[in-house]
Amino acid sequence: MAATVNYDGVAVGTELPTASFPLQRVDLVRYAGASGDFNVIHWNERVARSVGLPDVIAHGMLTMAEVARVVTQWSGDPGSVLEFSVRFTKPVLVPDDGVGATLEVSAVVGAKLDDRRVRIDLTVSSAGEKVLSMARAVVQLA
Amino acid sequence: MTLDPSYIGRTYPPSGPYEVGREKIREFADAIGDAHPVYRDPRAAQALGYDDVIAPPTFVIVLSARVGAQVVFDPELGLDYSRVVHGEQRFVHNRPVRVGDRLVGVLTVDNIRTAAGNDILSTRVEIATDAGEPVATAYSTLVARGPDREP
Repeated sequence: MAATVNYDGVAVGTELPTASFPLQRVDLVRYAGASGDFNVIHWNERVARSVGLPDVIAHGMLTMAEVARVVTQWSGDPGSVLEFSVRFTKPVLVPDDGVGATLEVSAVVGAKLDDRRVRIDLTVSSAGEKVLSMARAVVQLA
Repeated sequence: MTLDPSYIGRTYPPSGPYEVGREKIREFADAIGDAHPVYRDPRAAQALGYDDVIAPPTFVIVLSARVGAQVVFDPELGLDYSRVVHGEQRFVHNRPVRVGDRLVGVLTVDNIRTAAGNDILSTRVEIATDAGEPVATAYSTLVARGPDREP
């Protein structure tokens, strides 16, 4: 592993660069194919509404994968992510309107751990609402 | 609606090996919009200290969901998959998944409960190479929303 960020150079409260990630319906279809998760609520409005959802929703795992980039781009080495956990508190609605949804991500060093590891705390919202809680990654730094 | 609680603690036999393919990693990285060269270019991976390309941190779900399907789609359990949303997910990595890994997964049902009319299934899949080297553990919680529930 070869993170480019040095443990000694960060403090609790150090902010990572923020990012926003657009999601359109085609991204959900592509993720369904790549991941093997063909749950119909991720591509079919009729079925999504029939089970009480307001619209098609993004795969939680697609949201999780997208926001991980804030951590991996910062650390410089995706293999430096030792742990990654989230709670999916609100669905990310992806309407078929040519615009879709946007994930807004900010992240901060929440704790310095032993063995030159840090805990990163992420805040993720879409359409003005937090969609994840307890979104945390443990990262091995240099 | 209620799930069969006798599944709690059940551990399934190891899955057959899943061989991690170079093009599968590329396809997955493309699908999550991640352009990092460590997922595609062996030289970029070697520059970071790996023998060959590695997979993104959440790639493990490709195997863990497949292994988890043994219980998720077991009609005896009683989970209505059309009403399922993802509640929680956690990955613990011993090391990154690498191209060429032959991975086996062992599924355990950690918990089953009902809360606010929703059925909640928590599982873990312990992933190792077929030679027994631990690679990752994936903890998943799926929620089958009860009728007339807001998401």
